[in-house]
Formats: sequence, C-alpha cells, structure tokens
Amino acid sequence: MFVAGIDIGSVAAKAVILDAQTLSEAAFAVIPSGWNTREAGEQVLSAVCQQADITHSSLSHIVGTGYGRIALPWADKVVTEITCHARGAAHLFPQTGMVLDIGGQDSKAISIDSKGNVLDFIMNDKCAAGTGRFLQMLSGLLGMTLEELSSAAEQGTPVAISSMCAVFAETEIIGLLAQGTPPSHIAAGVFTAIARRMRTLFGRIPLRGECTFTGGLASSTAFARRLSQELSVAVNVPPQPQITGALGAALIAAKLTTTPH
Amino acid sequence: MTFATLQRIKDVTDRNVLNLQEAKAAGKHVVGEYCIYSPMELAIAAGAIPVSLCGTKNDSIPAAEEILPRTLCPLIKSSFGFALQDSCPYLSAADVIVADTTCDGKKKMFELLAQKKPLFLLQLPQIQNTDAVTYWREQYAKLWQFYEQQFNTRITEDDLRNAIHLMNRFRSALKRVFDTSCSKPAPLTGMEIMECGFRLSFMSDKEHAIQLLNDLATELEAAPASQEKKRAPRILLTGVPTGLGSHKVIELLEKSGASVVCIDNCTAYKKTTLIIDEHKDPLTALAERYLDTPCAVMSQNPHRYTVLQELAQRFSVDGIVDLTWQGCQTYEVESYSVKNFVRETLHLPFLHIVTDYSPADTEQLNVRIEAFLEMLA
Ligand code: SF4
Ligand code: SF4
Repeated sequence: MFVAGIDIGSVAAKAVILDAQTLSEAAFAVIPSGWNTREAGEQVLSAVCQQADITHSSLSHIVGTGYGRIALPWADKVVTEITCHARGAAHLFPQTGMVLDIGGQDSKAISIDSKGNVLDFIMNDKCAAGTGRFLQMLSGLLGMTLEELSSAAEQGTPVAISSMCAVFAETEIIGLLAQGTPPSHIAAGVFTAIARRMRTLFGRIPLRGECTFTGGLASSTAFARRLSQELSVAVNVPPQPQITGALGAALIAAKLTTTPH
Repeated sequence: MTFATLQRIKDVTDRNVLNLQEAKAAGKHVVGEYCIYSPMELAIAAGAIPVSLCGTKNDSIPAAEEILPRTLCPLIKSSFGFALQDSCPYLSAADVIVADTTCDGKKKMFELLAQKKPLFLLQLPQIQNTDAVTYWREQYAKLWQFYEQQFNTRITEDDLRNAIHLMNRFRSALKRVFDTSCSKPAPLTGMEIMECGFRLSFMSDKEHAIQLLNDLATELEAAPASQEKKRAPRILLTGVPTGLGSHKVIELLEKSGASVVCIDNCTAYKKTTLIIDEHKDPLTALAERYLDTPCAVMSQNPHRYTVLQELAQRFSVDGIVDLTWQGCQTYEVESYSVKNFVRETLHLPFLHIVTDYSPADTEQLNVRIEAFLEMLA
C-alpha cells in the first residue's frame, strides 16, 4: 500500500511516495510551483506517480502541506509545513532536536521531541532577507544558478552586507558590483548574511539534540557549511533537503492508513 | 449567533448609535474614553454616558498615517484616524474626552486629539503601590471637578456610590456570561464572546444591558453541551485589546478548529474584574481597584501572571496565545516574560502573535496558528 505527501511551496512543488508499511521511499518529484498552485499539485502528483510506476487511484492516502496546501482537492488531510518538516527531519535523523528550514518565502526554527512532535517554533516571514527569495534576487543580479553561487561563495571572502532588508541589500549589491567587487565575494557575503539571520531565530529556542537543516537552500553544501560555522553546531543535511516537508506529509499519510480518522 | 438572547442583543445594540444620539438630544452629556483606567463610574455619577473610543477598525488607519508614523500601533492609528475623519459616531457624540498617559504613542496622540475636543488627561502612575494609589485618587478627584465644571453640575458621594453599584452589577453580569465558557465544551465561541462584550459596552442604558446579560447567562447555563466543539482545543487569548474589526486572530483560531474560551484583555475579561468595594470611601475604592488592572504599561506588572494562572486553571485551557499589536513595545517586550511564565510555571504551550488590523498577513498567520493547534493535538 502506497501513500503520498505533497508540499506546494512558493518556489517549488514537491511530492514523495512511501510504502505505508515499511516507510521506504518509492519515489519523489520536484517541479517549479509556477502561478497556478492547483495545477502544480496535479502535475507534481502525476510526476511522482509516474516515477513510482503506480496510478493516482492506487494511493491509499495523500497529505498536503505548504502554502498551497488548501488548493489540493484530493488530499485526505492538510497539515502545516512546520509539522511536516519536523516529522521528516526526525525520520531521517532520529536524534534531531531542532529543525532549521529556509524556504522560498520564510525561514523557521522548530524545536521537536524524540518522536518528531513540535514543541515550539518561530518563523521569520515578514522580511525576505533570511529566505530563499533573497538568494533568488542575488542569482538574478549576478546571473548565476544556486550551484554557481555556491561554488563562487566557497572561493570568495565574504564582504559585509549591512542592509537587513532585501530591497536595500539589492541596492547595496549593485553598488558593490559597480565598485568592481568580485561576484564571489558578494555571494560569500550574502551567504553569511542569511546564515546570521538564521542565527537570531536559532538563538530564540534552546537547542536540545541535533540540528537538522532542511529546505532548498540546504542542498548547497557551501551554505550548509557556512550556517554550521555561524551557529557553532554541526548540522545534519538530508540527501534531498528540499523534499523533507513532503516526506513528513507522506509519513503522516502512512499513519492515516492505520488510525481511523 | 445561535442563542436567542444573542440575537436579541444584536438587535438591541444595532440601535446603540441611535439611542445615544437621542439621549444627547434630550440633554445627556457623553464622555469618550480610550482606556480601561478611565473610570466609567465617575462619568455615570456625573450624569453622563461613557462610551469607549478605542479604535478597532482598519479603515481609519490610512488617514491617521498622513500624520502619525506608520510604525505606530494600529490601535492608536485607528483611534486617531476616526478623529481626523470625524467618522466615528461615538466620538462625534462625545462632549469631552478622558484619556490616560498609558503608553508613549497614545500619550503623544492625545496631545493632537486635545486640539479637537476638550480632553482631560489622567496622569497614570506606572507602578502599583500605596503611594501610587494616593496619587491616582487625586487624579480621579481632579476628573470629578472637571466633570462638575464641564457639565455645570454637582456630583455627590452618593451619586458615585450609585454609579459604582450599577457598574458592579453590570460587570458581575458580564462575568456570569463569560464564565459559562468554563464548562467543557464552552457554549459560546470566542467570536461571540468578543462581539457580545463589544456591542454591550456601547449601550447607553446599563440597566437594559444588565438584563440582557443575565438573560443570556441563564440561557447559556441551561443549554445542552454542543457535541461538535467537544474536541476543540481550548485557547486563552491574552494581550492587547480586540474588538469588531480587530478580531482577526480570534476568527483565524476558531476557523482552524480552536475554541477561544477566555479573552484576557481590556475589551473582554479584564472588564469583569473591576468590581469595586462598596463599603469603602468610594473614590479610594475606585482608585485602588482600577490601578490594580494588569496592563503592560505598568512596571512591574505582577498581576498579569497571577490572573493568567487563575484563568488558565479555571477555564481548563490547552494553550495560551499572546496577541500584541505591531509597534506596541510594552506588550511585545512583556511577551517574553509571559512566554517563560506560561511554559515554566503553567506548563502550557504558548504562541506569540504580532500583527496589525490589516488582512495582509492572513496566510502567514494561518500557518502559525494551524501549526500551534497541531502541536496541541
Ligand atoms: S491594554 Fe493597557 S493601555 Fe490599552 S486599554 Fe488596556 S489598560 Fe489601557
Ligand atoms: S496596544 Fe500597546 S501601543 Fe497600542 S495603545 Fe495599547 S499599550 Fe499602546
């Protein structure tokens, strides 16, 4: 019996299919969210079904999460990404006590118990400076993909980005480029700025257990390393950090197969 | 509104503005107040009708932002915007305004407001001790004189005693209604609690309001337990004032499946606690009781914690949500201590929400609120 978790974020739509008994992963898919959340949901679901070589109707339960979670008419249940990231991270790294997630439009620190239940969380969603959107802006300005930014940042010496606001930071970066500052230094500077933003969230919740870093930005090893340095703790990074929320949703779906709701 | 008396309250209070204007035409004076520290009893003793002018609507904010900083608390901006646009019938009806030096933003806004209407500013001490009570009593004595001059009347001690007795009955009746939510499940929703308290506070005829409240309490006490709300997590909302127009967090909580059983703020439950000792010198009793009100403008603010503990237990709550308006420094800073108290002493889950009156952040708020409720499940 198979179950699915679908996570519709502001940047990407993610899906995971699990075997409900063994909880082993049968397939996953990631596509851009685009403008139409509902369509993104349909597409990512059919993509993941194709990957797993099963039909939509053979999925026993589907759980939706992410900003687009309400636009999934066929979901059996919708759960917030906070709960889903917690479940996903605890499943991958059972010693996790804190989940750090940097998404497209917000970042969060989530404190969890050994079962993956959320104990506390804080979000930064009023300001783009600590989120994936900040990097999108940078990648637009420098004409680089996330991977290119990552390797550039590894080589660069971070320049100070003093603006905490993404809009002002953009102006600042344009100024730096005009002065001839190498893009690699700027990329390194922005990585450091985002990691520092994360540190303020992180500092507001006491750390117990290990720290697991999820969300699209975690796939950049350069960034994960910088974050770990900033926080002075080791961070676990899942092999596919972007799909942690969808995985958590699928784990909740697997639970639905055993508990009547 | 599902209960018959709730519908009656709605119908009666729909005529609040009309009734006020009629009373005014018949020669009654109207006193506008902004804060719970302004004693309604004194206004009633002066033969006037007290009305609350605390701004709870988003519509008046853009006008206020032409003068006030945008980063100011929405409650202050909303209140001031109504004065600028002259768009609040209660404010228009007010002959005089009574204000308090509570937070800095309000204080400075009142300076501007004083250019529009006769305004009496009560100098609120920010500590709760016997010296402060003595001082506060003098402030009330000055307000007493102000009413006598403005309304060209004499207020006797008996007038004040009668007003205290009337308001004590009103507050006890309000408490009786709010306390029905101690039962599991609560008969009223948080939205109903908020709306009912809000509407009745604008009723000029207090006797009629007391009657309605007691009828409602009787109806609620006899109502069979609702099955659908049985499993809803019981939430205590604490923090800044809320009213019709600034109710979004209560609404979002309940749309996500919570039952808001107690609203510990100045527009709801705090009103029920101002029961004045009728055996003492009335002005002293008034000053003592009022100054004891827990508000974040006080330093320290010890009663905030004792009240929270008492309410959390009496209403058997599953979690506490602390609402603070953006730009409200006092409540925002205090939220850290409240959080520690709730976690460490009450051992309850806690969520701090900072927002304003606009619907712009509904989506983000939903994520926080739903995640919090998932945590309680
Ligand atoms: S919260 Fe404080 S300042 Fe505001 S109405 Fe209540 S007592 Fe007054
Ligand atoms: S909510 Fe805070 S800032 Fe706003 S009026 Fe009340 S005490 Fe002042």
